[in-house]
Amino acid sequence: MKKYLKFIYIGIVVLFLYLPIIALVVLSFNESKSMSVFSGFSLKWYEEMFSNRMIMQAVINTFTIAITASVTATIIGTFAAVGIDGMKTKQQNLILGFNNIPLLNADIVTGIALLLTFLMFGISLNWGTVYLAHVTFCIPYVILSVRPRVNKSVNTLYEAALDLGASRFYAFVKIVLPELRPGILAGLLLSFTMSVDDFVITHFTRGAGINTISTLIYSQVKVGIRPSLFALSTIIFALVLVMLLLVNFLSKGRKESVIY
Amino acid sequence: MTYKKSLAVPFIIWILAGTIIPIGAIAYYGLTDRNENFTLENVLAIGDSVHLQALWLSVLLALISTVICFLIAYPLAIIMRNSNLGKRGFMIFLFILPMWMNFLLRTMAWQVLLEKNGVINGVLETIGLPALEIINTPAAVVLGMVYDFLPFMILPIYNVMSKIDDSVIEAAYDLGASTSKVITKIYLPLSIPGIVSGINMVFIPSLTTFVISNMLGGGKINLIGNIIEQEFTVSSNWNLGSGLSLVMMLFIIVSMIFLERFDKTGEDSFI
Amino acid sequence: MKKIIFALSLTIIMVVLAGCGSGSGEKVYVYSYGDYFDPELIEMFKEETGIEVILDTYDTCEEMYPVIKNNSASYDVLCPSDYMIERLIEEELLSEINFDNVPNIKNIGDKYLEMSREFDPENKYSVPHTFGTAGILYNTEMVGDKVIDSWEDLWDEDFAGEIVMQDSIRDTFMVAEKILGYSLNTVDEEELKEASELLKKQKSLVYKYANDSARDILASESAALGVIWNGEYLYALELNDKLDFVVPKEGSQLFVDSWVITKTSENKENAEAWINFMCREDVAKKNFEYLTYSCPNVAAQALLDEDILNNEKVFLTEEMIDNSEVLKDLGPKGNELYSKYWKQFKAE
Repeated sequence: MKKYLKFIYIGIVVLFLYLPIIALVVLSFNESKSMSVFSGFSLKWYEEMFSNRMIMQAVINTFTIAITASVTATIIGTFAAVGIDGMKTKQQNLILGFNNIPLLNADIVTGIALLLTFLMFGISLNWGTVYLAHVTFCIPYVILSVRPRVNKSVNTLYEAALDLGASRFYAFVKIVLPELRPGILAGLLLSFTMSVDDFVITHFTRGAGINTISTLIYSQVKVGIRPSLFALSTIIFALVLVMLLLVNFLSKGRKESVIY
Repeated sequence: MTYKKSLAVPFIIWILAGTIIPIGAIAYYGLTDRNENFTLENVLAIGDSVHLQALWLSVLLALISTVICFLIAYPLAIIMRNSNLGKRGFMIFLFILPMWMNFLLRTMAWQVLLEKNGVINGVLETIGLPALEIINTPAAVVLGMVYDFLPFMILPIYNVMSKIDDSVIEAAYDLGASTSKVITKIYLPLSIPGIVSGINMVFIPSLTTFVISNMLGGGKINLIGNIIEQEFTVSSNWNLGSGLSLVMMLFIIVSMIFLERFDKTGEDSFI
Repeated sequence: MKKIIFALSLTIIMVVLAGCGSGSGEKVYVYSYGDYFDPELIEMFKEETGIEVILDTYDTCEEMYPVIKNNSASYDVLCPSDYMIERLIEEELLSEINFDNVPNIKNIGDKYLEMSREFDPENKYSVPHTFGTAGILYNTEMVGDKVIDSWEDLWDEDFAGEIVMQDSIRDTFMVAEKILGYSLNTVDEEELKEASELLKKQKSLVYKYANDSARDILASESAALGVIWNGEYLYALELNDKLDFVVPKEGSQLFVDSWVITKTSENKENAEAWINFMCREDVAKKNFEYLTYSCPNVAAQALLDEDILNNEKVFLTEEMIDNSEVLKDLGPKGNELYSKYWKQFKAE
């Protein structure tokens, strides 16, 4: 009896979480524009989506920004996590405190603050400002994921390598980086996701004609929701599903949990 | 301690340019008027009835959403904790998958579902039930918040719960504790850190959102986030917008300190 | 590890290259209302001139204004409404159009250029794109026996939860001001207060405040009646033939939306080429067929069916034009006043 209750409970929550997604997927194959009646199977909204240049450009922008920003953030964040470890505790706390600000602050405040800064320095908004903004809010996630891996044992190994005559660079690449790898990968993945998912900060820092999927949807919804957006949702959902399954599968093989 | 501190230099520069200067910029705008003279007017403007009303509504809706998220997530975390490992992984997967879908698309989906002639009412009509009319009301906004932020409540609570030692629970049952006792005396105190971060991760984005209220509120629900966004777009009074943002930051800091206190006392009482 | 680094650097290089690839070539940055011209025209324009159109859209003029004012993003061509053009000219944010590059201006009827002089006194800055008026679009079945002919019908409690209002400062206030018999351009605080009180009273009856999406809400029968531009009538009718459109007897607002070029435009000649292209009769006709907003292009009008030209819901009669008012810029003080009461009404 109790078991049934559990199942029912989980079932209701899962239904709640997936109902909207299922609805979008079903409607994306709907022949008519109607949002309540399914009148027949059709792929025309997919065609419309792929031939819509604005949607395609937004998809390209979203991914180029996410890739470049998450890679930059990962590089800077990884070095920082290692560098911070060499500091005194007080310095560490101070820096980590600042690191937490973008994490804890409201997106709207971060976005506005960056917008004001760009304009104060006379930087006209463009692709680059979005990129810089995304790096800014991604770095803290990288540091959060990498820092726990920078611990005593890595230190000891690194020092041992130096004692044995390895150069600092060689020891760093051969000893430290492999030890940090799970953290780095987690940080990369996390920043990539945060970047793809971001709307608010992009909304405030984007320049002329720079739309990501999020900002495009925001303006399209105001004009009126078209089923081509449902097609886009379906494809994104399928991609996410495949990617998560893949990551899960790979990380299980290596016993490294990457996504949570 | 042999790593070079200099490795952190790019990061420190980035913090300076991407965090400290921007906050300085917002403080500068917030504390000056259009002619760049110092004023507290923009910050004190939170006292205007219009702004207070919006702030109050934001706090109210954010609180309701947080409580609902907690009530849904807590039993779920316990169920997940008590399942075997294979099932756990699958359940986590199930609960975070929607979170990876674009936030705007998820919110848009609810607009499609809830519209007066939308999916839900279409289904209700065919099975002969009365229509659900909550779109463009605060209820729809709360629904959107719960939907968008629920995983942020489930994950941290589950994380803490999964670390509770089985033997503690078994011992309690062996000593004759009832299930409700186990929940209130063991799970609850031990999972407080998870609850606190869950609350933080739901309450703050709900408090500051303007997207959800915009898309599901039909232009009738004005939260403090909407007011600030409007000052930057429609009204173009950036000084006022910045001043209100400062107040919002203060609000976030205060609620965090408050929650952290709670967190600490929770740990203390356990010891 | 090496492989990963290699793969990553490869993607970065590819991305950078892709970025550069699309960076070359002629461009024009267009910023207009959402869905305000046939998207196929973008392709057509590129094929003919080689100039790529980069399009961004806004929901209301007020949303566009700070972007241009602060030059936070640089656009070349805008398509704002009359009163906003007046404000942009006033604040020296527009550049004069070189009409040598826009010979197709000859296609725009004199009547419409004269209308433009209300906000652009010498016709130096703007080229009309569409014109029209606001009215009520309603579902003949859902309103039942009631005759819809007045703005006051939007306050009828029988339609509670079935009314759509515009979500744009001036256009929303317009409705209340017309009912009260005030000018659309009033800056009298008492009158504005009264108008905002009236709007507050209506709020509980309104299903949604929406601009461009209003037509979809009405076409899908989620609401029974709403304030909408006459240009949306034909579009909505195609989706739902139970819809009808009326310009209320109190009179309405006459708008002209025109192409203008920003002061900071870096592609001014491309911008002029775009405007010239939009004024060509076949383009204007194609655009009208897509958009169904009345077009001021007489050469294109000549290509249209008599039926459409004589449809007074699409092309306004002189009488309707005389009974309408054009929005004027209200100056900084007036704008602030409107913002204040707008915020109050929204917060209610």
